[in-house]
Amino acid sequence: MMHNKTLSELSAALKAGEFSSTELTQSYLSRIADLDPLVNGYITVSKEPALAAAKLADQQIAAGEAGPLTGIPLAQKDIFCTKGVKTSCGSKMLDSFISPYDATVIENFNKAGSVMLGKTNMDEFAMGSSNETSFYGAVKNPWNTAKVPGGSSGGSAAVVAARLAPASTGTDTGGSIRQPASLCGITGLKPTYGRVSRYGMIAFASSLDQAGPMTRTAEDAALMLNCMAGFDARDSTSVERDVPDYTKDLSNSLEGLTIGLPKEYFGEGLDALVGKAVEEAIAEYKKLGATVKEISLPNTHLAVPTYYVVAPAECSSNLSRFDGVRFGYRCAEPVDLEDLYKRSRGEGFGAEVKRRIMIGTYALSAGYYDAYYIKAQQLRRLISDDFKRAFEEVDVIMGPTAPEPAFGLGEKSNDPITMYLSDIYTIAANLAGLPGMSVPAGFVNDMPVGLQIIGNYFDEARLLNVAHRYQQVTDWHQRVPTQFK
Amino acid sequence: MSLTQDDVKKIAHLARLSISDADIPSYEKELSNILGLVEQMSAVDTSDVAPMAHPLDMAQRLREDKVTEENHREDYQAVAPSVEKGLFLVPQVIE
Repeated sequence: MMHNKTLSELSAALKAGEFSSTELTQSYLSRIADLDPLVNGYITVSKEPALAAAKLADQQIAAGEAGPLTGIPLAQKDIFCTKGVKTSCGSKMLDSFISPYDATVIENFNKAGSVMLGKTNMDEFAMGSSNETSFYGAVKNPWNTAKVPGGSSGGSAAVVAARLAPASTGTDTGGSIRQPASLCGITGLKPTYGRVSRYGMIAFASSLDQAGPMTRTAEDAALMLNCMAGFDARDSTSVERDVPDYTKDLSNSLEGLTIGLPKEYFGEGLDALVGKAVEEAIAEYKKLGATVKEISLPNTHLAVPTYYVVAPAECSSNLSRFDGVRFGYRCAEPVDLEDLYKRSRGEGFGAEVKRRIMIGTYALSAGYYDAYYIKAQQLRRLISDDFKRAFEEVDVIMGPTAPEPAFGLGEKSNDPITMYLSDIYTIAANLAGLPGMSVPAGFVNDMPVGLQIIGNYFDEARLLNVAHRYQQVTDWHQRVPTQFK
Repeated sequence: MSLTQDDVKKIAHLARLSISDADIPSYEKELSNILGLVEQMSAVDTSDVAPMAHPLDMAQRLREDKVTEENHREDYQAVAPSVEKGLFLVPQVIE
C-alpha cells in the first residue's frame, strides 16, 4: 500500500519505478476525496497543480535527475504563501487571498521536485491549541473524531496520522508543531529559531515563530529539514550557518548520552498515565545506553504568563497589516477610513484573534509597556537562562509534550485560560529559541501520547538521532488509526 | 487585574477593531482573566535582569543600499479590494 510507506521508502520506490509520482499523487488525491471529510484536515486541495508537478517529477526521475524528495507528495500548512493557490491562514480575513508569491519553504520544496497536495487546516492565524478557531471548521483527531487534533498545526498533524499525506509542514510559536504531533501520534520537529526561513510564512509572533516538519518518523523529519533549513537573505532573522546533512547521524549510538528530566515537567497538572508513558520511554533510553539526571528549570511556571504578553504584543503589531486596504477582507460600504479599518478587522478576524490583538494592544499601550512587555522580556531571559544552565550538564531534556492526551471537541473552547495551559511544556522552548521534538511514545485510553525532546541551539541532528534510535526499538510511530488503515 | 467595559472599548478602538455591544461583557471577562494569568509575572523581582527581545544574540544584518527588488505592483495590486490607476482606494479622507 503506497499510503503506508515513509518518505524514504516512497523515494526508493519512485526511483526503482515501482510506481510513478503521478500514480502516487493520484492515489493520495483519491484518499483525500474519500477520507478527508472525516477529519477536515485540508482547506484547499490543489489537484491540478499537484498533477502537473507530479508529471514534471516523473520526467526528472526518468532522466535520472531525482533528489530524495522528487515526486513526493506533501501537505503544506495554510500559513505558507503559495503562488497562485489560496493562502487563508485559517481566517475569513484571507478567505479570498491568492498569494502572488511563494514562501521560501515552498520555493525550497518546489526546487526539490516535491508535489503539493494541498493546504492544511489550522487555528486562525496559528492562534489556538485545538484547531477549533479555524474559519473552516475544527479539524478532528483521526484516532477519535470526537476529539481535537491539537493546534495550531492540527490539519498538518491529522493528515499525516490519517495517511492523507506522507508528510507535512507546520509552524510552532508556542507548541503548534509539537502539541498536535503528540495528540495525533506523529513525529514533529520545531527547529532552532532562525534555522528555517520565515519569508512568506504569515507572521504571528516574529521572535517566536519557526517552521518545521511533521512526519511519521524521525528519518523522514531529517529528509524534510534538509530541504527546509538554510540561510535566507529575505528573512532578517535567518541565521547564516551551514546546514548539516540531518540524515547522517541518525544511527549514532546513544551510549553516554545524558538526558535531563526537569522535575517541573513531572509535577502537578500532568495526567498520571501520560507521566507513566513518558517514564517508560525514558526506561527504553536507559536500555539504549543513556544516563538520566534530574534537573530543575525553576522558572517553568512563568512560561505561560510570559508568553501571553510577548506573543499577543507581537501579534497586535504583525496583524496591523490586515486593514482592508491592500489585500484580504474588506467590509461592505465603509462610511469613512476608520470605519473601513474597524469593520474590516472586526468582521474579518475571529474571537480568539481579536482577544490576542487586544491583550497585545493593551500591553504595549502608554503606561503599561514597562509593567507588561519589558517585564515579560526580563522573565524571558530568566527562562532562557534556566536552559543554558541545564545544557551545561545534559545533552538533551526530556518530558511530556502535552499534559494530557487529546481532549474532546468543544471541551475547552469556551475557556481561553484552560486552553492556554495545553502548551505548558512546549512554550518555554520557543521563548528560549531552542529546538524541540515530539515523538510518539505510547497510548492512554486509545489516544496517542508524545515524548518531548528539547535540545541545545542548532542541535537538531542530535534530536533526530535520539528520536530515530527510539523508533528503531519501538513501534508507536507505526500505529495507524483504524478508519485510515 | 480587571478591566472595565470602558477599558475594552478603548482598547478595541486603539486596535481598530469593531466589537458589537453584545460582545463587550464577554471580552471584559476573558481579557480580565488573561491579564489575571499574566499577573503572576509581578511576583518575581527582575530589577537586575536585562530584557530579552530576541532568542539569539545576533546583530541586525545590513546590506548594500541598492535596489534589489523587481517591480511587482501589478501582481500585488491584483489581490487588493479596490484599485484604480495603480493606487489603492479608500473612502475619501480629505474634503
